[in-house]
Amino acid sequence: MDIAIASGKGGTGKTTLATNLASYLAEKDKVVLVDLDVEEPNSGLFINGEIVHEMDKFKMIPVWNKDCSLCGLCQEVCNYNAVLHLGVHIMVFSELCHSCYACSELCPDSALPMKPKKMGRLKHLQHGKLSFVESRLEIGQEQAVPLISQTKKYINENFYQEIIRIYDSPPGTSCPVIEAVKDVDYVILVTEPTPFGLHDLKLTVEMIRKLDKRYGVVINRFGIGDEGVSTYCREENIAVLAKIPNRRAIAELYSRGELVYKHFNDVKEQLDLIIRSFDQLVVGESV
Amino acid sequence: MKIAFTTKGTGWETMMDPRFGRTEYILVYDEENESFNDFDNRDTTNEAHGAGPRTAQKLFELNPDILITGNGPGGNAARVLEQAGIEIFTGAREMTVKQAFEAYKAAKLEQFNNS
Repeated sequence: MDIAIASGKGGTGKTTLATNLASYLAEKDKVVLVDLDVEEPNSGLFINGEIVHEMDKFKMIPVWNKDCSLCGLCQEVCNYNAVLHLGVHIMVFSELCHSCYACSELCPDSALPMKPKKMGRLKHLQHGKLSFVESRLEIGQEQAVPLISQTKKYINENFYQEIIRIYDSPPGTSCPVIEAVKDVDYVILVTEPTPFGLHDLKLTVEMIRKLDKRYGVVINRFGIGDEGVSTYCREENIAVLAKIPNRRAIAELYSRGELVYKHFNDVKEQLDLIIRSFDQLVVGESV
Repeated sequence: MKIAFTTKGTGWETMMDPRFGRTEYILVYDEENESFNDFDNRDTTNEAHGAGPRTAQKLFELNPDILITGNGPGGNAARVLEQAGIEIFTGAREMTVKQAFEAYKAAKLEQFNNS
């Protein structure tokens, strides 16, 4: 079962929830935690494991070989302004390229062969029953989506779908998060009970509804802010799976790279509530 | 000498657009016959990425000797403009095209250097 942990607003507790939930589940069962926030992966700060595998990841970009009639078709077919026809030159902006191959395939002179360019590095660690995989985008690279997509491919090739696979997703509502959540069975939206949290939660709910995913909300730092998030979820019939209390000691544990549930039973109880909703999900699917 | 400006509209009295990639218009003033050519660049609003190189590509085709703008181009656009051999002057913000032209003539604008 694939579960993504997402949020519109950054800093609501995606990583806190992902690392605690995965580690707690791994006390009993095999679990995979995947950090897909490739622009700033930080789940790894909470996982001490042995490195199983490490590899560079590449994306394919066109490289002009100068042997060309300068027809300009490459520029015309590029939707991303990544290939420009400038007089007697063709200029490629690899950071803008989405590896769609259009310029390369359609070039009548075959003057734009696709070549690999390093875009990031994938790391696979093991700690007890917990497998952890993260990818980190190379500095200067702008495209998160191809690396997220290749990381998902690595997961599908190396782990059975029967085990729980948790994806710590990028924040926001744009391409990277859509790539991270589009194939999962369930999305957990983490929010904080503030007007800012509510504003971004609404945007994320709109996105998830468009993708037609099953989802539920976890309210983090419960106790601060106002009633807005709870009221919204009630009115929109959105399941609130758990409420993680606002507590300075939790933030302190997080800042030291420690797992919260090991110190606080009430947090563990909230994780149990989330896990129970997964069980219902499985039952629901088999009916 | 042909001089390009990034602007909000057309004519001497229109305001400069400080942005390069997403400038609303490009005006090209030809000193020889004292005439303007203007190009509507507002469709860059729809570009999520790559507005800079795209606008730079337009300038490449317009082929002015000099570009007068506000904030200056980003790295990708600067590579294109360098290829085109266009000299760039920045700092023309919150002024009309005429004021920007006069500031350039009075050597009050900064010459942009990509390196």
